[in-house]
Amino acid sequence: MNVYLDNASSTRVDERVVEAMLRTFYEDIALPTSEFVHTPGQRVKELIEESRKKIADFVGAEPSEIVFTSGGTEATNLAIKGVAFAMAKNGKHVVTTAVEGRAVLDSVRRLEKSGFKVDIVPVDRYGFVNLEALEKSISKETILLSVQMVNDEVGTIQPLEEVVKIVKSKNPDTVVHTDATYGIGWLPFNMKNLGVDLASFTAHKIHGPKGVGALYIRKGIAIEKQMDGGYAEFNLRGGTPNIPGIVGFAKAIEILDWDDVEKVRKLRDYLYEVIISKISEVILLGPSDFTKRHPANLNLSFKYVEGESIVLYMDMKGVAVISGSACFSRGLEPSYVIMAMGHSHEDAHGSIRFSLSKYNTKEEMNYTVSVLEEVIKQLRELSPLGGN
Amino acid sequence: MSLPYSKKLIELFIHPKNVGEIPDADAKATEGSPACGDMVQLFLKVDPETKRIVDIKFKSYGCASNIATASIVTELAKGKTLEEAKKITWKDADAELGGLPPTKIHCAVLAVDALHTAIENYEHQHGLLKEKVPTTKEVVINRLKHVIDPRKGIDVIRAKTVKDVEVQDGVAKIYLDMKEDEEFAKHLKEEIIERISPLWDIKEVEVIFSNE
Repeated sequence: MNVYLDNASSTRVDERVVEAMLRTFYEDIALPTSEFVHTPGQRVKELIEESRKKIADFVGAEPSEIVFTSGGTEATNLAIKGVAFAMAKNGKHVVTTAVEGRAVLDSVRRLEKSGFKVDIVPVDRYGFVNLEALEKSISKETILLSVQMVNDEVGTIQPLEEVVKIVKSKNPDTVVHTDATYGIGWLPFNMKNLGVDLASFTAHKIHGPKGVGALYIRKGIAIEKQMDGGYAEFNLRGGTPNIPGIVGFAKAIEILDWDDVEKVRKLRDYLYEVIISKISEVILLGPSDFTKRHPANLNLSFKYVEGESIVLYMDMKGVAVISGSACFSRGLEPSYVIMAMGHSHEDAHGSIRFSLSKYNTKEEMNYTVSVLEEVIKQLRELSPLGGN
Repeated sequence: MSLPYSKKLIELFIHPKNVGEIPDADAKATEGSPACGDMVQLFLKVDPETKRIVDIKFKSYGCASNIATASIVTELAKGKTLEEAKKITWKDADAELGGLPPTKIHCAVLAVDALHTAIENYEHQHGLLKEKVPTTKEVVINRLKHVIDPRKGIDVIRAKTVKDVEVQDGVAKIYLDMKEDEEFAKHLKEEIIERISPLWDIKEVEVIFSNE
């Protein structure tokens, strides 16, 4: 049996999404460079604007507040660098958290090299941002704060509304960005209530195509274009828009069914319950209050054994998961997210992330647990640390 | 499947040879640490007449390469004399496995280090040293460079966990910048004793915590 449990990395595209995209390969092949040229160009322009409206409506924004990009990473680069460079005259201080994705952390590192001051706010044992430290870090100089909506590794949902309230009461001019790439389509939110000024989205974690995303930019926020090359996307993102991707992204949003999310949540809960009933000495990483956890995420650390071994063994049995172990990373460093939460190196080395989607079944969960039981037993017998 | 591992490595990962402990082992060595994500423990049984390794077993905490290299090192060493086994290098283990990915070479180094340390410990404890050089502070410090502070993921010398070392009349005193009731304190003490006590002229190892 093959079981794909790495959906937080990327998901299978829904057939209806592919179907919707097909016309952009064969019929609607023009570019929307100008609405005054030819009919094919106009038709494509309409297609893009319809897509923009669908996504804007879904997140509670105006269509003019949505800029399409090549994905979540580009959206975040545009948000962080774009705002920092546009607002540098007001201050050169940027704040973010220790558990952000690479797009955020690498972007702020880049800003640091350009003379900005960056503060990284710590998180607690469950991955929640320390609100006191956050408040302290905000000053008159703080032009930008970036706090993710939900962590893709340990599933922590940040209290964004509270974050915005705290920050804006200390400095109303601080622009707040959120990396919502693993939030859109999974967590219900509305840009109007959320109060953030910028949000990064991506299509491929909700059964849309890879290579397309969007940045929500609240009206009136100063931002400097990062990708030069023409006037596309309200003159905020040059280059040919990924038209098939945009159409696919909108379709993925259109067909999104909250019942599917609930189905995934139940399946995730089931997987967790069966694992802890069959395997001893398992540590849950991330929120233990599952209402504050991403519905598709489970991250467990198995004592006395190392994650890469688990992943490799499971892969041979057809189950795809990932680990926060150092051996799994390029830099041979354990997961910085799990370390930032104050866990030991061992907890990080033994961690396994299971991330589900609507395509997973209960049979697959049962099979996964049986493989897991087998591998943990075998590796613990081998372990000098104990566990058998 | 295009994993960067050879068939042999995968086979030994799934079915490792010589797994386990030898309760009445003649020598034992541990290299690595759970904090590093890599740990190998080796047990030797040596024929006192022929100085041949008659039995060798291992336990491993680590990735697939770690398990497979530990397994291959035990196979390479079994039946060899101590002098022959000393000549086994990580390159032999690497070649035997059909080449490790570059990021996994340290696994072979670790397993071979464990073998060499176990042999060295045997020599210290069985009067086989060619030259009986008295243990100095430097010798102790060099050995402590193989003990990892689990809180920091680096060795206790680099991590400055060891404040000072004294060696006098067969007693090695190791002063730690760590309180006795701290997490990992007991574990670290055991590891230090295991690392230093095999030295031929050391009768006693004292680990002194900072609150004493």
